[in-house]
Amino acid sequence: MSERIREKLNILADAAKYDVSCSSSGGTRKNDNKGIGNSHTSGICHTYTEDGRCVSLLKILLTNHCIFDCAFCVSRKSNDIERAAFTVEEVVSLTMNFYRRNYIEGLFLSSGIFKNADFTMERLLRVVKKLRLEERFNGYIHLKTIPGASEDMIMEAGLYADRMSINLEMPTESGLKLLAPEKSHGDVIKPLGFVQNQIIRLKDEKKLIKSVPKFVPAGQSTQMVIGATPETDKEIMQTAASFYKDFSLKRVYYSGYIPISNDNRLPMIGTQPPLIRENRLYQTDWLMRFYGFHVNELLNDANPHLDIDIDPKLSWALRNLQFFPVDINVAAYKMILRIPGIGVTSAQKIIQARKFGKLRIDQLKKIGVAYNRAKFFIKCADTPYQLKDYQNTQIKSFILADSQSKYIKNDVQQLVMF
Amino acid sequence: MLLKLSKNFEPDAFEELLFVHNDPAKADRVWKGLQKKLDGKWMRMFYCTFLSEQPEAYVSLFEFTCYLFLNEKGAEQNYGNEHVLAIAQTARKVEREKHRMEAFIRFKHAADGMFYCGIDPDFNVIPLIMKHFKDRYADQKWLIYDLKRHYGIFYDLENVEEVYLTEEDQQRLNGLSKELVAEKEGMYADLWVNYFKSTNIVARKNMKLHTRHVPKRYWKYLTEKQGN
Repeated sequence: MSERIREKLNILADAAKYDVSCSSSGGTRKNDNKGIGNSHTSGICHTYTEDGRCVSLLKILLTNHCIFDCAFCVSRKSNDIERAAFTVEEVVSLTMNFYRRNYIEGLFLSSGIFKNADFTMERLLRVVKKLRLEERFNGYIHLKTIPGASEDMIMEAGLYADRMSINLEMPTESGLKLLAPEKSHGDVIKPLGFVQNQIIRLKDEKKLIKSVPKFVPAGQSTQMVIGATPETDKEIMQTAASFYKDFSLKRVYYSGYIPISNDNRLPMIGTQPPLIRENRLYQTDWLMRFYGFHVNELLNDANPHLDIDIDPKLSWALRNLQFFPVDINVAAYKMILRIPGIGVTSAQKIIQARKFGKLRIDQLKKIGVAYNRAKFFIKCADTPYQLKDYQNTQIKSFILADSQSKYIKNDVQQLVMF
Repeated sequence: MLLKLSKNFEPDAFEELLFVHNDPAKADRVWKGLQKKLDGKWMRMFYCTFLSEQPEAYVSLFEFTCYLFLNEKGAEQNYGNEHVLAIAQTARKVEREKHRMEAFIRFKHAADGMFYCGIDPDFNVIPLIMKHFKDRYADQKWLIYDLKRHYGIFYDLENVEEVYLTEEDQQRLNGLSKELVAEKEGMYADLWVNYFKSTNIVARKNMKLHTRHVPKRYWKYLTEKQGN
């Protein structure tokens, strides 16, 4: 029996791994029924795979049988691969046994669409209900919303799941139509909007009635595949920004396309996944969410693509030298946040520390500022007097000469001598 | 001036020596004084720094305490002060180790129903992880044992208590031989190793990133890293 479970687990974990979301944060569930499990506010990554991605949840498909034929998806109908399906009991028992050994924070359950949307959603719902009601499991559950499932069913799922997500797949409607003619962004927007409205409605009710049940307490997220279709970074991030705004998403994930098909609409098998680009998009995402940047400051018609050799914050600073140097002993917090080489933690420490006297270079270094990068953009108590201003190209070359990109090291092949 | 624990003490011909006696009443007075000056977040940072067991950290705590009592309320926000910064940074390291233990502990299911894990963390974090495991694993008995500091915590479905094992018991648990382990322990450990392999994307292999997140010294804890 365990041999068959192992086979299924291998197939259905392998098929689920292209969904990059693994966050277990934002949950508020407590273990107050003396059952098992609770949410950890910031989430816990229990291990990391050899590709450096975190493993927090048991991420599996209920089945990889699917009626759709989306060109970018490994489980597409026309793909000749081994198919499998878990029973409800199997998923529950794997989750419970992994959780009890502290392997995972919870379950990420997705599925191929078999028969139809409601039939699939109903199965997913049975798994989460069994976990919550019979096993008294209070760990984290991330559940996929199946596009086209009835609102009743989505509503019920939201009462048991901590996070729900539904993937945009391609950053633009035209890209999606090219690779998955049966799908549209509208199929995603409708359920995202429905869940969002229910979250708001129940939050409002909670102000009046205390006993309102939890509903998707960790919010919603989505994912876009990057590099399968020819979108610009500007298009990708504008889509992301509008989804953050319209649906109060907790996260947008960017997944560099890994070639899995000989389809001539897609990059060839063996093409390197666009890892640097993916990294730059995440940096941009962070700048939008935590550093007060508007998407148009970072990406616009004059700059539709992010620089590959430098990060987007440095890139913005070099294009806007008129704002620098910033005097860190007087500048506002939001301006300090914009200095390359200073992160949120250092910026906060600077604001507190400068109340006690003007800060010097050695103090900034100790606080954690990347001084070799920041020095071109700041003034502090003992900044040496400088006769001429540098051009942005000069600053860029100084910084590049001084830093070693993690990507360059990965790219250079070791010379084999013998 | 240098503050040292007697176990770390080495005589120095040129220094004057003063032996400080442990006095719980005085310690309590200082602790209460600190509470008047510091909020909960800072009291925890103070405690974490203490748990780091680093000789330099004890000096920082002493200097920091003097600095606090000599200055107006709010002096702990002066990150330009080396002792303030040292405490903030040490506490952060300890919290990171605490978080790593919450992540990397792997329980083995023993035949008598108890879940067991032995650890040897860089810092003395057991007092910090106790609440997390008690809240989370409320319906199973478990034991977490610090093999380096020779004490552990045991949860009996009601309370958590400190336990001390004999050398013999420690070794028995650590090996957790076949007859002591629950029937399906091997199967689930094996399924987990399989899952760990299947969920990896070979085309994205990045061992540098992998070892940055899971430093090699923790691999011995991890079921999924055994047999590598």
